[in-house]
Amino acid sequence: MWEVAPYPLLVVSPSGTVEVANAAARALLPDAAPGVAIIDAAPAWLSQAYAQGPIQAVSGPIGERTYEAHPSMLGAGTAWWFADDTDHRLAREELRLERERTAFLSQASTELLSSLNMDRCMEVTARLATRHLADAALVITPRAGRRYPIAYCGPDGRVVRESLVVDPGVVPGLAEALQGFPPMPSRWIDPTAAPEWLARPEFGPVGSVVVTALPGHGVPAGVLVLLRRTDQAAFTDSEEIVARLFAARAGAAMSAARLYTEQVSITETLMRELLPPKVQRLDGVDIAARYRASVDSELVGGDFYDLHPATQAGQESLIVLGDVCGKGLRAAVLTGKIRNTLHALLPMAADHQRVLGLLNDVLMDEDNARFVTLVLASVRRDAHQVTLRLTSAGHPLPFVVRNDGTVEDVDSRGTLIGALPTIRSNTAEVVLQPGETCLLYTDGITEAKGGPLGDEFFGENRLRDELQQCAGMPPQALAERIQMLASEWVGGGHHDDMAVIAITAPRGRHLSAVGGRSRGRYTA
Amino acid sequence: MTHRTIAAPGGVIPAWTARLWDAVLDGDEFAAVDLVDAALDEGVEPESFLLDVVAPVQARVGAEWAANRLTVAQEHAATAINERVVAALALHPAARRTSRSAAPAGRITIACIDGEWHALPARILAEVLRLRGWQVDFLGAQVPTHHLITHIHRTAPQVVGLSSSIPTRLPTAHAAITACQATGTPVLVGGAAFGPGGDYAEILGADAWAPDARAAAELIPSIAPRTPAPQQAAIDDLPHLADQEYTMVSRTAGTLVKSIMTGLEERFPAMASYTPKQRGHTAEDVAHIVAFLATALYLDEERLFTDFITWTSGILTVRGVPALSLVPTLELLAQELSDFPRARAMITAALGTITAPPPGDAEPALPHDHGKPA
Repeated sequence: MWEVAPYPLLVVSPSGTVEVANAAARALLPDAAPGVAIIDAAPAWLSQAYAQGPIQAVSGPIGERTYEAHPSMLGAGTAWWFADDTDHRLAREELRLERERTAFLSQASTELLSSLNMDRCMEVTARLATRHLADAALVITPRAGRRYPIAYCGPDGRVVRESLVVDPGVVPGLAEALQGFPPMPSRWIDPTAAPEWLARPEFGPVGSVVVTALPGHGVPAGVLVLLRRTDQAAFTDSEEIVARLFAARAGAAMSAARLYTEQVSITETLMRELLPPKVQRLDGVDIAARYRASVDSELVGGDFYDLHPATQAGQESLIVLGDVCGKGLRAAVLTGKIRNTLHALLPMAADHQRVLGLLNDVLMDEDNARFVTLVLASVRRDAHQVTLRLTSAGHPLPFVVRNDGTVEDVDSRGTLIGALPTIRSNTAEVVLQPGETCLLYTDGITEAKGGPLGDEFFGENRLRDELQQCAGMPPQALAERIQMLASEWVGGGHHDDMAVIAITAPRGRHLSAVGGRSRGRYTA
Repeated sequence: MTHRTIAAPGGVIPAWTARLWDAVLDGDEFAAVDLVDAALDEGVEPESFLLDVVAPVQARVGAEWAANRLTVAQEHAATAINERVVAALALHPAARRTSRSAAPAGRITIACIDGEWHALPARILAEVLRLRGWQVDFLGAQVPTHHLITHIHRTAPQVVGLSSSIPTRLPTAHAAITACQATGTPVLVGGAAFGPGGDYAEILGADAWAPDARAAAELIPSIAPRTPAPQQAAIDDLPHLADQEYTMVSRTAGTLVKSIMTGLEERFPAMASYTPKQRGHTAEDVAHIVAFLATALYLDEERLFTDFITWTSGILTVRGVPALSLVPTLELLAQELSDFPRARAMITAALGTITAPPPGDAEPALPHDHGKPA
């Protein structure tokens, strides 16, 4: 009956001799015959099962395969059934490796995708490669100037950033890999040929070195160099797969970081022209300006201001605050044009009506013209007081905050610019005593919508009320307070571009005698 | 200077603090800036001037405002002058010498959460770190998270320091913290918003918290880098958000305030004679309470709400308004939110902190000054 069973069977007596070996067992263990000691008939891992107290299932290799041997009591002896578990074990091992690989690649993706910074991507790549693929790794990116940026991660897992003048030509394949063209497989190079900046002395003897280009999709992303202590100059199949997948992810992350860095730098260059100027004083008058674009992701919008100092002592300086219809970058580009035009018109700045008329002509001429509201403020300081000439062209009216807390409207009205062929406006004159402020603002402040009930405008009246509390404030504090109130009024809701300029007649200042140093201050 | 102080350096600090306080109170920017020069010329350490003179003066500005001894205008002016003092200190040769001679540390970004207007504490920390050799990018007040993240991608700082003084900004702070961490950058937070012991910082998953600039400067070098985890999501820190109470309360805040205003008018006919301005201020008070409740729901921290009610009671009392006036507002709020168990529990707890006989016909909170302490 047992003789024809499909699984190998050995029956072993209590004294340790084989009593029965079926056909399958004899095929597996040729020495197994009745009467032969189990020690001679079966592999050691089975015979040792007897030495370890109660008999339990054991497993081990026979020839090239592995088996599980399951015991069952048969009279005083033991019947051992053998089951081939080679495939099961291989599958389990493969699954474990696959899980490790997946975990590694998933971790690599997470870390690489989390940053758009080139340096950080290089560090992450070098560190992960050292941890999972090699004993040390270098990431080299295309040359910046005369030097190659390098990230080196040693066996201790510490990443060192360097910028080295090196000749990639001395390492076979490196120059091509750095160019990202032509495409080529990973290249194993002779470790003794590796220069010292590659195979570092502190690393000790190098067994093998492999150079892999990081695929950059049109942008050369860089090169990954792996250093190993073993001299096996090839990847196993599974290592090859992982190394390739990792290189693809690292290359994609690094080329994205490179493109992002380039874009940011282009945007910054273009934006610099559009950003509002920073200022604290203009020809002896204290000025504070605050700006916030409606779109959080942008730094500029349709509001703008400019400050032009007087060309000669005793003349007026000019402050411009304006609001182009529309918002975002398109509006910002138009503000750039208007600012340039106004700059060109500065020689006639004394005549506000003429400046506005010429600007109107320019904007009316444009095909795709949009309109703009503006307030022009010509500022002159005479001893203690500051004289302002203000002209509004369709713009919210400026306020004047007196030292006693009174808030006055400035009586200037005019047509907005760029909409009608002829425009009209009148200019108002205001005199500020020391400590008094004239506030220019855009409708982003008064039309801020929100408040405790969520749907009210901030409005001119509320602004006027708040300004009554602001008598005597320094202009920075005043401008910040107004912008803060309007922003808090909006809360988390949507707001328009907001711009505020506070023009303040300086308070008299004392002679600075502290420490005998002077910063060029003067008394008023 | 007509006199020279011969006392030990520790001993002269209170004198400088007193003099800066006077200058700030007078709104005398020039005297304040001259003080910096004089102190540094006399050998006061720049870091000590920032931490032991400017910071306490600014703290006192906030305390005096809360005690109704400073107007909003004075408070803003005082803060503006302190800003100038810090700027002047950074330009002083002694400060530049200190920065140059410090061992080079890493690069760090310091910013205020979007909606946070009090930049001075963060500014002081930024200057202290510069003095200690850090390359500091100070982004200033109310930095939108979008700008912050762009900046991090561009500069890869070792650590980001975020400041917030107003608890109602904590949900925004949480968004900023998780966004920074997602780039692999650890975050240190500071400011009154995070609670007296920094408990809220821990709830929001910040990597570190410091009670003041000195502690922050000590802590920052030891903050370990972060590894982004694949499965990490912002909701993991705050599983209670699944009940939507925060979302509902914050989204319908305007409607809630309107209903409560209507309820108050029914209870107190006298409110009909309020001026529009008085009504506006009452509505702002109510909106504030709703905002704090929403924040407490976000964090699931009852204390945040009860502490605010206790603080508000104090402010009202100082301004001559009985704290009991808060009771009708809280009762109406509880009525409006009867379907929200977490919110109701918090309101009940808050009512419990206002210890007094049951409300008779106490008037709702009278309008008061609405600036905030620095």
